[in-house]
Amino acid sequence: MFIINCPYCGEREQSEFKAGGEAHIDRPKQPTELSDDQWAEYLFMRKNIKGIQFERWVHTHGCRKWFNVVRDTSNDNIKAVYKMGEKPPINNDKEFKS
Amino acid sequence: MTKNLRVKTSKFIDETYKVSFKFNGTTYYGYKGDTLASALLANDIHLVGRSFKYHRPRGIMTAGSEEPNAIVQLHNNTSRTEPNVRATEIEIYEGLEASSQNCWPSVNFDIAGINNFLSPVLPAGFYYKTFMWPASFWEKYEYFIRKSAGLGKSPTEPDPDIYEHKYIHSDVLVVGAGISGVIAAKTAAKNGFKTLLVDEKSYIGGSTIYQNSENFKINNQISSSWLEKEINEIKKFETLEIKTRTSVAAFHGYNFLLARENLTDHLPLDQRKNKTRHRLLKIRAKKVIMATGSLERPLIFDNNDRPGIMLSSAIEKYANLFGVACGEKNVLFTNNDSAYEAAISLYKKGINIEAIIDNREQIDSKLIKETEKNNIKIYKGYTVVNTTGYKRISKISIMQLSKDGQKVVGSKISIACDCLGISGGWTPAVHLFTQSGGKLKFRDEDQVFIPDIYPSDQISIGSCNGDFTLDEILTDISNKLKSFLNIKKTDYENLEVQSSFNKSKRNIWLLPSDKVIGKTKPFVDYQNDATAKDIKLALREGFRSIEHVKRYTTTGMGTDQGKLGNMHALGIISETAGSKMGELGTTTFRPPYTPLAFGTIVGRNVGEYFDIFRRTPIHDWHVKNKAEFENVGQWKRAWYYPKDDENMHEAVQRESKAARDSAGILDASTLGKIDIQGTDASEFLNRVYTNAWSKLAIGKCRYGLMLNEDGMVYDDGVTTRLDENHYIMTTTTGGAATVLGKLEDYLQTEWPELDVYLTSVTDHYATVSVCGPNSKKIVSQVIPDLDFSDESFPHMSFKNAKIGKINCRVMRISFTGEHSYEINIQANYGKSVWEKCMEIGKEFNITPYGTETMHLLRAEKGFIIVGQDTDATMTPIDLQMDWIVSKKKYDFIGKRSLYRSDTIREDRKQLVGLLTENPNEVLEEGAQIVTDIEKSPIEMLGHVTSSYYSPNLKKSIALGVVKGGKNMIGRKLIIPMENKQINVIVSDPVFLDKENKRLNA
Repeated sequence: MFIINCPYCGEREQSEFKAGGEAHIDRPKQPTELSDDQWAEYLFMRKNIKGIQFERWVHTHGCRKWFNVVRDTSNDNIKAVYKMGEKPPINNDKEFKS
Repeated sequence: MTKNLRVKTSKFIDETYKVSFKFNGTTYYGYKGDTLASALLANDIHLVGRSFKYHRPRGIMTAGSEEPNAIVQLHNNTSRTEPNVRATEIEIYEGLEASSQNCWPSVNFDIAGINNFLSPVLPAGFYYKTFMWPASFWEKYEYFIRKSAGLGKSPTEPDPDIYEHKYIHSDVLVVGAGISGVIAAKTAAKNGFKTLLVDEKSYIGGSTIYQNSENFKINNQISSSWLEKEINEIKKFETLEIKTRTSVAAFHGYNFLLARENLTDHLPLDQRKNKTRHRLLKIRAKKVIMATGSLERPLIFDNNDRPGIMLSSAIEKYANLFGVACGEKNVLFTNNDSAYEAAISLYKKGINIEAIIDNREQIDSKLIKETEKNNIKIYKGYTVVNTTGYKRISKISIMQLSKDGQKVVGSKISIACDCLGISGGWTPAVHLFTQSGGKLKFRDEDQVFIPDIYPSDQISIGSCNGDFTLDEILTDISNKLKSFLNIKKTDYENLEVQSSFNKSKRNIWLLPSDKVIGKTKPFVDYQNDATAKDIKLALREGFRSIEHVKRYTTTGMGTDQGKLGNMHALGIISETAGSKMGELGTTTFRPPYTPLAFGTIVGRNVGEYFDIFRRTPIHDWHVKNKAEFENVGQWKRAWYYPKDDENMHEAVQRESKAARDSAGILDASTLGKIDIQGTDASEFLNRVYTNAWSKLAIGKCRYGLMLNEDGMVYDDGVTTRLDENHYIMTTTTGGAATVLGKLEDYLQTEWPELDVYLTSVTDHYATVSVCGPNSKKIVSQVIPDLDFSDESFPHMSFKNAKIGKINCRVMRISFTGEHSYEINIQANYGKSVWEKCMEIGKEFNITPYGTETMHLLRAEKGFIIVGQDTDATMTPIDLQMDWIVSKKKYDFIGKRSLYRSDTIREDRKQLVGLLTENPNEVLEEGAQIVTDIEKSPIEMLGHVTSSYYSPNLKKSIALGVVKGGKNMIGRKLIIPMENKQINVIVSDPVFLDKENKRLNA
């Protein structure tokens, strides 16, 4: 059970949160203009990384706000949290690893 | 007559307090402070159980939680009976009753002991290989295997004890209260850290506390006296909490640990009443200091499992701590100096030692010299090659080792003994460290795995870190604690340490024998009866990965998780396969470190607290009127209301008929209700439902279908426009929370620009639904001021009203197909409105109906239930609900998916009605639907989703999903059942009143 630093509430137990899958996948603005393949890419394809992963979490049993988390899936270390709509504080995987 | 092997008073045992207990039906005596194992040994009892596979007699092997053999059943045939209790851990109390496991009829004569002689035909993987074929016979084999195997019996009555969970937040957690743990805890507490010190034993001080030897001194005091003073001091710190009998079960990430605090297991049964038995501690520590110590290794040779063969450290502990001699003719067998410590302890207590077998040749440490001075015969460079004695060791045979240690040479020497202590060096207890994600490294010089990379703010100190000797432990501990706790100084700088221990060790994983390995039984995992032979067989059969060898041979898979033998298994694999131990890695150590009772895990969440349930404001009325209840999500919903001796079918038939003939009343309070407000509320609904919402007039209701982004039906319900920017949405009972969650997700992450606010109001309103041809007559009397004319209040509309002074919302909507009203009122008035409807409805035979009748009525009308007639593979098109999918809207959730290549297939499963040829035959929900029963394999077209006998249509009706069903209306299909086949005709899913005359009547 890890601890997540909710950007609105502060540090809380993992059990208060729910994971919402990979972050930064925008819903297409004009879905009807996409081919089956392009739509399938949005709908089904998700990364499953061993290492640094950008993901969405929601503080279900707290403020109910969605936000982003940068987590190393190999050891659950959380490298950063930031609000919805914000850019990741660091983009380069290598910077996280150091 | 049993002997008394209590040799000398020990201050840890209260000899003025005699305790009687029963083992296998016989009464014995011990003293307060004894464990079951020490009390049995004092009575000269070694044989306590039978092994798992070969049913070989087994004895007490250790003096701690690593015990593989001495596991017993406590309190047989009572509600407190418990299997797999380690005799080495349970403290005796007046009235304790224990018995041997895994033997029948008795531990002394066990019929399955024949397995031992059959062992040549019972190799590793025997069960896998033998019972694989034919597959259909497995059920028969299983019966016999289960009968002859199994460790202990589980209780058949509810657990009478109380368990609880507790959260603890500490600055520093110290695991293990040996000398390292005590030093660490004192240092942390003294520097103001809120510290918790836990130890699985009933006392603190670890093994140092009973090591009363001139050979080990700190600041010129005998180490045990020095430690005793430290312990007296730490008890004074207010910042320090000490918990004994507390075993850490799991070490998770972010320094989250689970520990079991054992509060009553050492008390007589009559003193346990109303007390908490175990407390599961959920500890979140800023810093963790692991001081878990180390476990002595056995030695692996032929017949190394007989009762009377024990770890040499255990023999020492029984002598020093409990004042018990484990035998009268003791022999020690070692590859390092530890056995000499034991020998000196035994000698001082006047316990006889026949000989010491040491596989090292060149040895001359201070301990050894002292031993020799006491005229104890030492065989240097020898190994044990065999032992004899079926129920108790009686003799060992030893031979000289070759220079390279691979062979034995010379002639056999026999030594009579009744107890053999073995010492193969030490293994750091790194189980918890690796659970936390820590990485180990292999230290070649003494062949141990020690902590290397820490995944969180923690350190390992003392022998769990590979510092085995007193001087190793104490030289560096001060600096380690200073840097870990970030403090300037400790009380332990410049300790003067005297330690006579020499570190030399001759490590041979599998000791050589004069026999070929096939003829020997060198046990590696005692509990699961896995031998070195089995491991070698697995390697010959091609297994390479340590994880595979483990599962194939079951090495390390017992309740002790192979705490004793795992390292030897690794050693034998690496030697046989010619790989390096460090590269082989270890198997994964999984929580719990020692087994936890189910009660401990569950805590207070038992009985009515097992799961929360929600009751509607009208619940008490349903109970009073004898309703049967159904669980829907967390709700208790009235299922049906049996009258007199009615069974469920009869009640539902009566309720269904009454609702259509005159009037029925349903408690619909459980439906999810979401209040939606904001200037973009209409736009929001347009995006989340498949149909159009912009033109819905204020005061009107509309049914909506919600999809997932993959186009599959997710939820449905009626939404009412209360005002220009104000809607109230109803969801399914089970879907309320997830629908709100999903809508919030879209609002916050995809469409933050929309001005919309969502509030769950499910609990705020009670909903009373009155339906049937007489519903208007009833509801118009409940709310006399309201205009109920069809012109003013048509189907699918809503009105604000007052009942007395109380505001309520009345919707004319219907899930039954009948003329119907729903009254929504502040929850605490729900019951009085319900009672008023009942009172006024009396003259119309108003009939309360439950969820079962509701399901039947809606099925007559062909209305779907999301989750019953749909699963996550049904689109609205599959449901023949094309009419609800807007063609004009540019986008809504799931729209694009409705014309993917897969979703436009004509042969998808589609919802249809099913009518049985025999109108009295009711189908089983879930039954398969086929067309050609002769064809092999039979093609499955679909299945029945809803099925009822309709009292209103006087025939059986069903809904089902069938491949390409839309185009099959009128076709005959077959439902094959176990003893018969039922013919059905595919029909329209609407069975009753397709023209909606009843709705608008």
